[in-house]
Amino acid sequence: MASGEPIKVSKLEELNVSDLAVFRQETRDWLAENCPPSMRHPVTNSDDACWGGRNFVFKSEEQKQWMERMGARGWTAPTWPTEYGGGGLNKAEAKILKEELSRINARSPLDSFGIWMIGPALLQFGSEALKQQHLPPIVRGEIRWCQGYSEPGAGSDLAGLQSKGVDMGDHFIANGQKVWTSYGDKADWMFCLLRTDPDAKKQMGISLVLFDMQTPGVTPKPIKLISGSSPFCETFLDNVRVEKNQVVGEVNHGWTIAKYLLTHEREMIGGFGLTTAGSDTLGKIAANAVGMEHGRMADTILRAEVLKWEIDAAAFALTAERVTDEVKSGQGVGATSAMLKYYGTELNKRRFETMMKIHGSDAMIWEGAASKGGWMPRTWLRTKGNSIEGGTSEVQLNIIAKNILGLG
Amino acid sequence: MAMVINEEHKMLKESAQGFLAEFAPVSALRKLRDEGSDIGYSVDLWRQMVDMGWAAILIPEAYGGLEFGHVGMGQIVEQTGRTLTASPLFASAIVGASLINLAGTEAQKTTLLGAIAAGELTTALAVDEKTHHAPHQISMAAVKRGDHYVLNGEKRFVVDGHSADKLLVAARTSGVAGESSGISLFVVDRTASGVAVERTAMVDSRNAANLRFTDVQVPVADLLGEEGTGFAALSAALDIGNAYLAAELLGIAQESFDRTLQYLKERKQFGVLIGSFQALQHRAAHWWSEVELCKSVVLKALQALDSGDAKSPVMVSIAKAKLCEVTELATNEAIQMHGGIGMTDEYEIGFFIKRARPAATLYGGYAYHGDRFAQLCGY
Repeated sequence: MASGEPIKVSKLEELNVSDLAVFRQETRDWLAENCPPSMRHPVTNSDDACWGGRNFVFKSEEQKQWMERMGARGWTAPTWPTEYGGGGLNKAEAKILKEELSRINARSPLDSFGIWMIGPALLQFGSEALKQQHLPPIVRGEIRWCQGYSEPGAGSDLAGLQSKGVDMGDHFIANGQKVWTSYGDKADWMFCLLRTDPDAKKQMGISLVLFDMQTPGVTPKPIKLISGSSPFCETFLDNVRVEKNQVVGEVNHGWTIAKYLLTHEREMIGGFGLTTAGSDTLGKIAANAVGMEHGRMADTILRAEVLKWEIDAAAFALTAERVTDEVKSGQGVGATSAMLKYYGTELNKRRFETMMKIHGSDAMIWEGAASKGGWMPRTWLRTKGNSIEGGTSEVQLNIIAKNILGLG
Repeated sequence: MAMVINEEHKMLKESAQGFLAEFAPVSALRKLRDEGSDIGYSVDLWRQMVDMGWAAILIPEAYGGLEFGHVGMGQIVEQTGRTLTASPLFASAIVGASLINLAGTEAQKTTLLGAIAAGELTTALAVDEKTHHAPHQISMAAVKRGDHYVLNGEKRFVVDGHSADKLLVAARTSGVAGESSGISLFVVDRTASGVAVERTAMVDSRNAANLRFTDVQVPVADLLGEEGTGFAALSAALDIGNAYLAAELLGIAQESFDRTLQYLKERKQFGVLIGSFQALQHRAAHWWSEVELCKSVVLKALQALDSGDAKSPVMVSIAKAKLCEVTELATNEAIQMHGGIGMTDEYEIGFFIKRARPAATLYGGYAYHGDRFAQLCGY
């Protein structure tokens, strides 16, 4: 491999307990001093999340401070190596940092496709030069990334993508159209799949390349969803110059990295099934809305739907925990991300379908302050995409059947 | 607590798997059924299980047990679901031992638990009186007269009720059906005067009985624990029982899946393996996903019981409800995907659906545990 050595998964280091206790105290002290008061409660509205980047408009000075202070310490990416701006923490220390952050209810200083997706891929597959160039600005929240994968003709069949990169010696000239680019209109750089060898077999002629969204010929155009929001863009590539030194891994061997990133994405989206659940349980929300009768929720048919969802959600959360623990203890099969993605997104859709029934006609209100700008119907509609984005439920079932069950 | 089993548990699981596959496979249950066994299990097999210490796993060391815990015992019971092994393990070593340990006096524990651990005593819990599990609704009367109680009433679906040495009977010494106070527990000889035992041949070819008590005299010394306060121990023992029923159902869900997956890879139609059809692949993949969730809820329930977690009742109801739902899916899909051969008595897959329903129904099915879960959650 021409690129850098892959990062080995590190074993829990044998740190003595007193070292960890010192680290915990130092962390606690530092957070006490550096986490601004308004950053010490969870984000309630997705607009309040901090995404960083060149064009980001901070909601408050404290939001900016929080991102910059954590970024400077490398704690936006706690386990990344310090030479790339990361925190350099081992697993035990990272766990302590997480605990201390949640102890004070601190919100995430930075949400970032750089940290979640392209960063880990660069650490694993990128050249030293690419790591040096891209990782530190990701950690500091200076550059916001987007993903250029899907195309109008390549959805579930992603490897059928047709956007071309024509070899011009030291660079490629890219032409084509990407779609479902998350926040493409707000991002600074794109990691993008291009067909760089039109003659090779489907998966063999694809390269993963990086380019600045300000490069001439790159035009993102927001797509309005049925929910009314526009978190995605279509991105037109019109004679875009992509430097050869911005290829991750080897030319024409990008599919392996793409698959690695898709696994990451599946895990992320699957987890949404529960992380967006909020503080009140569905049961409480429903009981408040429809009332109680003889110690049980008044609407018994709705109650049956709610409790079934709650039981499945509890079982799913325990499964996510078990899968993580099995991987940690070396017992895991590791191929369960497709199941988590499939089940988690289907659960989230069911949750909002039930929420709509709980709130009845109020749930249909599309606009106005009382409805929080139509939050309920808009969020419900948005969840319909959960089982499509990042690989449809049907594709996840294909993966399970093929890779885990061995059905050809 | 990490959601994994440790080395000791893994060894126990593997040894149980090996033992049961060799000595008590599904064909052993078929043999018991076809021979019309009087007691419905093999005494020799039970002796071997006792010799391996299985009857002593849940019993405290002070009373002659191994005190190995629920996660350990759960590994064995999960395997008995794969082999559909009939034995007194559930009714005596799990439910009986747990109830006696939770409710009994020091003297009762010393006498009874040691005997269960040694395989010298079998028990059967008599709790339900109608067709659906409803422990609050116990109405069977126990009236104190001098140095004994007099029991009158009926009990249904008493697992091992026709073969156990001692019946553990929940009856009402005060209050009315619907109340949890006023319930007392008694240890009654199955052969005591006034006890009429009607063995009910069940769909799973396992053991159960309906019992009628007519002026049955039970000495005061055989009141398990104290009068009128038996419900807490009963409820805790039922939680334990339900966690193991969930574990057994997990074995059933996995075994019926494994066998069906194998069949999808062998059976050819239209010139190809039927496992190459996407319609079946997706159903198999969904089924597999559900079984993954089942593994987690069963492990969590067993862990909660071991650690004395106050949320144990919630965890147990989650586990039982989920396993009821998924084994219904699993055993139905198993037959459908096997096609015609799945409908034949000669083929073993049918034994799994027959055991799955009684195991799900015993001590409450989806409706009971779903309702209980919601109530415990405040709605």
